Amino acid sequence: MDAFEYASPTTKEQAVALLAGEWGSTELLAGGTDLLSLMKDYLVTPKRVVNIKSVQELKGLRYTAGSGLRLGALVTIAELVEHPQARKEYPALIQAAEGIASPQIRSLGTVGGDLCQRPRCWYFRNGFGLLAKDEQGGSLVADGDNRYHAILGNSGPAYFVNPSSLAPALIALGAKVQLFGPGGARELSLDRFFVIPKTEQDREYALKPNEILLEVLVPPATKVRSATYEVRQKEALDWPLVAAAVALNLDGNKIRTARVVLGHVAPIPWKAPEAEKVLAGKTVTEDLAAEAGQAAVSQASPLSRNAYKVQLARVAVKRAVLQAAQGGV
Amino acid sequence: MGKRKRTDTKPETGLSRREFLKGAGLAVSTPLLVGEGVAEAARPATDVKILGPGKVPLLLRVNGAKHSLSLEPRVTLLDALRDHLDLTGSKKVCDRATCGACTVILDGLPVYSCSVLSVEAQGKEIQTVEGLAKAGQLHPVQAAFVENDAQQCGFCTPGFVMACTAFLDKHPNPTPEEVRRGLGGNLCRCGTYVGVRAAVLQAAKTIKGGGIHG
Repeated sequence: MDAFEYASPTTKEQAVALLAGEWGSTELLAGGTDLLSLMKDYLVTPKRVVNIKSVQELKGLRYTAGSGLRLGALVTIAELVEHPQARKEYPALIQAAEGIASPQIRSLGTVGGDLCQRPRCWYFRNGFGLLAKDEQGGSLVADGDNRYHAILGNSGPAYFVNPSSLAPALIALGAKVQLFGPGGARELSLDRFFVIPKTEQDREYALKPNEILLEVLVPPATKVRSATYEVRQKEALDWPLVAAAVALNLDGNKIRTARVVLGHVAPIPWKAPEAEKVLAGKTVTEDLAAEAGQAAVSQASPLSRNAYKVQLARVAVKRAVLQAAQGGV
Repeated sequence: MGKRKRTDTKPETGLSRREFLKGAGLAVSTPLLVGEGVAEAARPATDVKILGPGKVPLLLRVNGAKHSLSLEPRVTLLDALRDHLDLTGSKKVCDRATCGACTVILDGLPVYSCSVLSVEAQGKEIQTVEGLAKAGQLHPVQAAFVENDAQQCGFCTPGFVMACTAFLDKHPNPTPEEVRRGLGGNLCRCGTYVGVRAAVLQAAKTIKGGGIHG
């Protein structure tokens, strides 16, 4: 990797002031499990790396029954999975966190890093750019090896899938994020944090180049049952092929409202309102769960080599619904 | 390729553009989207010390011993251990946080040393495979690896041994299922996983409840 200058601020104001106003010349370092690999492959070549791990206010995991869960951006995945109240209240989140990579990654990797990690698209990782275009501007993905690419939200120009494990669960649980930049703090619902880039200069999230993610806020879920179901080729050290996160707001046995979010199927975590409609007002049965799975993929348009992911997504939703209804981590 | 404005203005980092480019080893053709961004952004934050890109003094505490080094901020902990401290037990295989051969224990947690900058590892307790055996006696995990044929070519072994040691610190009485999940961060291309799992269970019995790093 190229040499860089290194700064380790202790406040969020300092961190933001150290970042450049455009992408490219500065990068944020937290867990480092993605950034250092990107730098070694010259996919990002920052002149300055800003290590935010000494910014105390980005740390800390707090739960109260009244306001729910506050996850500082620097909370590690290991800290999250070991938190007793988070385990009890947010099974979908814990299941997603436990699926992340390996113990070594969970030791270092952070909640903020999981949300901001760059796509695993092999065209991107091999230097063909986020949108993976050929010299004539055509997509390398559409006619190429797209077996791990998007089946939804893939009308272009982006075909990669969002790699976050936590995002589908957090969005299903109604999470918000606090961002901080030179102009102060702003709050976004997490589903609006992710964007489909239109040009090679864009990123996949709504952060501005000189903004940082402060914290994730998850509302109380005492009356919510949730689950994440991941379909994986490898049990560890890999990203899922497809994931489904489901949060059911129950009234006795009846579902009042449901949230269904798919992961690894689109350039953003993919909300499935079609499935939510199927579930609302009903009692969970295996048939209903299967119907929700079918509805979730009703708009899917697979590429040349990834039609199998439609079936995986259908089944993931069905199993997540049944698992959520059952409860527990 | 981004076009950069060429100026000789000296940013407040105390580094001229010319010196910076020289130190950073950036060729003129390197695409840089923002020419002046770093210098401008740095102004309000001059109270934060900026290190590098050249060598900076570092103090690492490895297996209880302190080492003073002079390294560029880009040097990973793995490279610092192997290339500058001659501790070559931690292996460099993928160098991308996906194989586990470089696993060390950092403040009690297993981490991939390829994915930690040495500058960040200052002030932390770094344990490598070289520090496990005490007074010529193999650590119980090492001994169990030998007795259970938990290696073939042996290249992944130091990483596995460190991952197993960190795992047993947290799970002194592991179930076979916990062992399987707990070792998910290390790959063995020879496929000695059966031996490794048996070694962990045996080591757990030998250690009987911990204190192995005390």
